[in-house]
Order: sequence, then C-alpha cells, then structure tokens
Amino acid sequence: MELVVENLAVARGGLTVLEGVGFWLAAGRALILRGPNGIGKTTLLRTLAGLQPEVAGSVSAPPESLTYAAHADGLKAVLTVEENLAFWAAIHGVGGVKDAMAQMNLTDLRARRAANLSAGQKRRLGLARLLVTGRPVWLLDEPTVSLDVASVALFGAVVRAHLAGGGMALIATHIDMGLSEAAVLDLAPFKAKTPMSAGASGFDEAFA
Amino acid sequence: MIALLIRDLRLAIRAGGGFGLGLAFFLLVAVLVPLGVGPDSSVLAKIAPGILWVGALLSCLLSLDRIFALDFEDGSLDLLATSPIPLEGVVAIKALAHWLVTGLPLTLAAPVLAVLLNLPTPGYVWLVASLTAGTPALSVIGAFGAALTVGIKRGGLLLSLLVLPLYVPTLIFGAEVVKRGALAMEVGVPLLLLSGITAGAVALLPFAAAAAIRVNLR
Repeated sequence: MELVVENLAVARGGLTVLEGVGFWLAAGRALILRGPNGIGKTTLLRTLAGLQPEVAGSVSAPPESLTYAAHADGLKAVLTVEENLAFWAAIHGVGGVKDAMAQMNLTDLRARRAANLSAGQKRRLGLARLLVTGRPVWLLDEPTVSLDVASVALFGAVVRAHLAGGGMALIATHIDMGLSEAAVLDLAPFKAKTPMSAGASGFDEAFA
Repeated sequence: MIALLIRDLRLAIRAGGGFGLGLAFFLLVAVLVPLGVGPDSSVLAKIAPGILWVGALLSCLLSLDRIFALDFEDGSLDLLATSPIPLEGVVAIKALAHWLVTGLPLTLAAPVLAVLLNLPTPGYVWLVASLTAGTPALSVIGAFGAALTVGIKRGGLLLSLLVLPLYVPTLIFGAEVVKRGALAMEVGVPLLLLSGITAGAVALLPFAAAAAIRVNLR
C-alpha cells in the first residue's frame, strides 16, 4: 500500500495555488507539509481527500483508504463524547470506541456533552475520530491547534502507533510534533508561478 | 446508514426546535385562519382542504435549511462525504429523518386540526392519505433545495424561493384529493398523480442533491 502523488496542481477559488507537487508515501511513513499561510496546504489535503477535483496531475491511493481531519472537528454539541465517536465508528463500520477514548485520554469525559468540552478537549475528540475510521491514510490539517503540550505528545504517540501498524500520515503543521522520523516537504517551491484562472479551462467551473 | 438516521433523530429531539417547530406552526395556521375568516362554517368547510395543505407545506419549509447547513458548519458534511456511505444515501437518509420529524407528525396532527376548520367528515380519511402520500415529496424536494444552497450564508430565503415552485404540483394534487374526498367524489386520479410525484422525487432527487453537495463542498 502506498500513496503516490504525481505532478499535482490544486486550485482554490478558481486560482491555481500549487502546481507540480509530487511525492510518494509508503506504509508506515509520515510526511509533514510545511509552508507559509495561504500556500495551499489545506487545499492540497482537501484535494487528496477527494473533496475537490485536481486541476492537473494524479493521485493514486487504494480506494476508501483516506480520512481527513479538518479545522472543524465534525462534532455535534448535543451528543456526548461517546455518542459522537460511536456515530463515526458506526458510519465506518468499525468498533474500537472505548480504545479510541482511552488512547486520546477521553475516558473520563465520555458522558460529557461535546458542547461542554474545552477547545483542546474538543480537538482531542475530533482526533480520536481518526482511530474509529479504520482508514490507513490520515490527512491531518493543523491537528495540534489548541492542544496543550501534553496532548501534543499524546497525539504524537498515537500517530506513531498508527504508523507502526502500517498506517500513513500526511500532516500540515507548523509545530514540532515529536515525529523526528517523518520526512518534511516544504510547499513553497511548488507555489503556482502563473496563477491563472482555472475557470478559463472548463465550462463546468463557471458554475462551481 | 441507520446510525446516521438515529443520530439525526436524536439531534432533532435533543436540540428542541427541529421537532416541535413545524408542528407548532401548523397549529398556529389552523387556529388563526378560522379566527381571521370568521365563524361561517360553510366557508370554512370550503377552504379547509387548501388551508390544511398550505399549512403543512409551509411548516415543512420552515425547517428545511437545517437539513445540511448544520452539518456543513461543523464540518460533518466533509467527513460524511469522505466516509464509506455514498452521498446519495446520506441525502436520502437526511430527507427521511426530516420527514419523520416534520411530515409524519403533521400527518398525524392534521385530522385533529381539521376539526377547527370544519372539514366535512368524508374528507378526514383522504386528508391523512394525501398527506401520507405527499409529505415525503416535500421532504425530498426540500433536501434537494437545501443541498443547492448549502454553504451560502443565510441561504434560507434563496432556499424558499427555489423550493416553492417545486412544491406547487404536490400542493395542487394534495389539496385536490382532500377537496374531492370531502365532497365524497372520486379521488383516484389526483391521489395517483400525487403518489407519482412523490415516487419520482424520491427516486431521482437524492442523486441530484448529492451532485449539488459535491459542487458546493469544493
């Protein structure tokens, strides 16, 4: 199993932001994406997740292998921690809710409604969702936002365990997550040189 | 998919609003119209089918923008789009949840409220039958409209304008069933047309709505 990205160009709001991006990720490896704000890290991850079409190039990954953790955690405020996780576990047809809560240190909060969690606790719950998807490739967009130092270390350990189990991770982050073995890809050289409108090439885009 | 249905129903019940809103609005219409029109029972009997159907339709409209907007705002829709469930299935389940929360209670409450509007006795059966056959179309068409406007800030107005013309055939045939039923006339044709609209909407619109969501998520 591997994730291969070749000569990928991605667009945001009709403008191509990155072009010529290419990398190869093997099972058990992590890749950290770096680059200044607005370079297109989120756009790249959303394109890989299949939420928006690529402008050029190709992404090849096994079907149903990617899961995406965005800035928004996808939590329902009126559901409890356990109900939120159980829902995503049921959607993905896998179990392991208790194990995921234990790994992200949420067991004590299981009966608390998500509305009453702190920002960092919500983030931990959002990341615990990754564990109940059963998907090997994690696309993480700034996963450590609002996490304290201990939680960052905790999540770093969770990612490392995931990699040790043959998983992969693609992480857009600015801080050191303690994943010293992970390769780093700086996106700045891939900034689109001629930011031309993607709308000019396709009729459909005019309506997007 | 069952998990999604259960979650949506649970959210509708716990968050209040969703469950009672449509029903309360329907009650208001049925109570206020006789007060506005006056106590002439023959006039009320004449307008009852139309008023009941318009009331049911507007009550459905009231909660449409919640179908996808809430999931869009908290990021759940992105995650559902990348989950193993096809987006068409997500739309169908969400429309079903909307019907269970609004259409079904409206159908069950309609005979009680019809008393206030002096609906002639033979009409009651057809009132329930027509709402049972017609309200699923309201939910599915509404889900399609909600999918078109998801991501637009305060898209409620646009949603209403988009959906209202699509609701017209259902309203015409639904009210016609009750009108004829109340006069003890043959109701077969409008009831079949009403059911046909519902069947067509349920079969086709989830695909259109899923395509609209894919575009809006970009």
